[in-house]
Amino acid sequence: MLRTRVMPCLLLQQGALVKTVQFRKPGYIGDPINAVRIYNEKEVDELVFLDISATPAGHGPPLGTLREIAGECFMPLAYGGGVRTIEDIREILRIGIEKVVINTHAVEDPTFIRAAADQFGSQSIVVSMDVRHRLLGGYQVFTRGARQATGLDPVAWADRVQDLGAGEILLTSIDRDGTQSGYDIELLERVCRAVDLPVIASGGAGSLADFAAAVKAGASACAAGSMVVYFGRNRAVLINFPTRSELESVLA
Amino acid sequence: MIVIVDYGMGNLGSIQNMCRKIGHAALISSEAAEICRASRLILPGVGAFDHGMSQLTSLDLVDLLNDLVLQEHIPVLGVCLGMQLLTQGSAEGRLPGLGWLDARTVRFEFSPEQARLKIPHMGWNTVEFCRPSPLTAGFEGETRFYFVHSYHLQCHQPEDILGCTTYGYDFPSMVQRGNIMGAQFHPEKSHRFGMRLLRNFIEMPAC
Repeated sequence: MLRTRVMPCLLLQQGALVKTVQFRKPGYIGDPINAVRIYNEKEVDELVFLDISATPAGHGPPLGTLREIAGECFMPLAYGGGVRTIEDIREILRIGIEKVVINTHAVEDPTFIRAAADQFGSQSIVVSMDVRHRLLGGYQVFTRGARQATGLDPVAWADRVQDLGAGEILLTSIDRDGTQSGYDIELLERVCRAVDLPVIASGGAGSLADFAAAVKAGASACAAGSMVVYFGRNRAVLINFPTRSELESVLA
Repeated sequence: MIVIVDYGMGNLGSIQNMCRKIGHAALISSEAAEICRASRLILPGVGAFDHGMSQLTSLDLVDLLNDLVLQEHIPVLGVCLGMQLLTQGSAEGRLPGLGWLDARTVRFEFSPEQARLKIPHMGWNTVEFCRPSPLTAGFEGETRFYFVHSYHLQCHQPEDILGCTTYGYDFPSMVQRGNIMGAQFHPEKSHRFGMRLLRNFIEMPAC
């Protein structure tokens, strides 16, 4: 059987690798190409790159940087950030990236998901949703790097995204991002129960046990950010990844 | 010269990148004048079967490829859709395939108990080798590759099967008949396992 995929989810800002806490305070990590080389050696399952500066700055995917990344990346690769047109997707896939992550534009024009899936196949279209706790209980989907409230409930949105032909959902808890305090299990359970699509748990990974908990909640894959770019209590920058035997010890 | 045949189906850059990484220059081309000089052919591809065949036909490449592979015995590696095109035809379409292998391409069909298995088969999975070949030399321990596909081969000549993978049931994930080879997975996305496979293909003695 297939193992649960565990993937570093790496943030780009103007070509540099950064890491946020709750989508704020981007801290400099280093050079993305260097990180890709290290993850190659660590034989990670898959990589996700998200450019957090693209949508807020109103520009498209950083194709030059992506070309450099893809040239060094010998594992499956997903990219998101500023993807708004069919032509954007075509360019990204042509570079050698197999999955395109759509977030803000999926909410602002849901028919784009259908058009993209029809043209390129569901397996290449990942819809990313950033979710925050509501003050009075429940959850809400945010776009534009957690700046824009949408009024959407994540379960209803996930269901819609599935109907529109997305191949995967990247489900990120804004509250847990960068905290290494564990995934939002309740959010994961709710969304995973509602859809058949593979759901990638994201936001909060801090330990191997968190991966196991996400799988128990129904996740097909686990994304990790801080955990794979920082080391130790003082969060020293260190590109790292659990060994295969460590992963096997917690994931069937 | 290694030629990656460009017939407009999916990205070819990552195969070229991996060839470069293991020290071999590969040319991406749809030009007959360049393809005919190949000492190794890679037929990649992602997409629908009929679209792939009609692209090869409209680029006028079918006769040339037949000639290179069947007459001159140039080693060819079909990858993903490229492997499926080596067969006589696919349940996904109506057009005949290249027909170099006595095989068909069929869709994953699961019994009710396996109904929860998702299609496409997407992710890392292991390959069990059925017999020795220069293509699979030097692999030790668990050998895993990255897969994304909804259809797979059904070989009528069991000796063509080089490797098997289990997804609901066993299917041929690697095939070889003389100079004609195929891999259902993506070696270019399967780090050291894929590098070893491509290196074996490029450096193996001519068939």
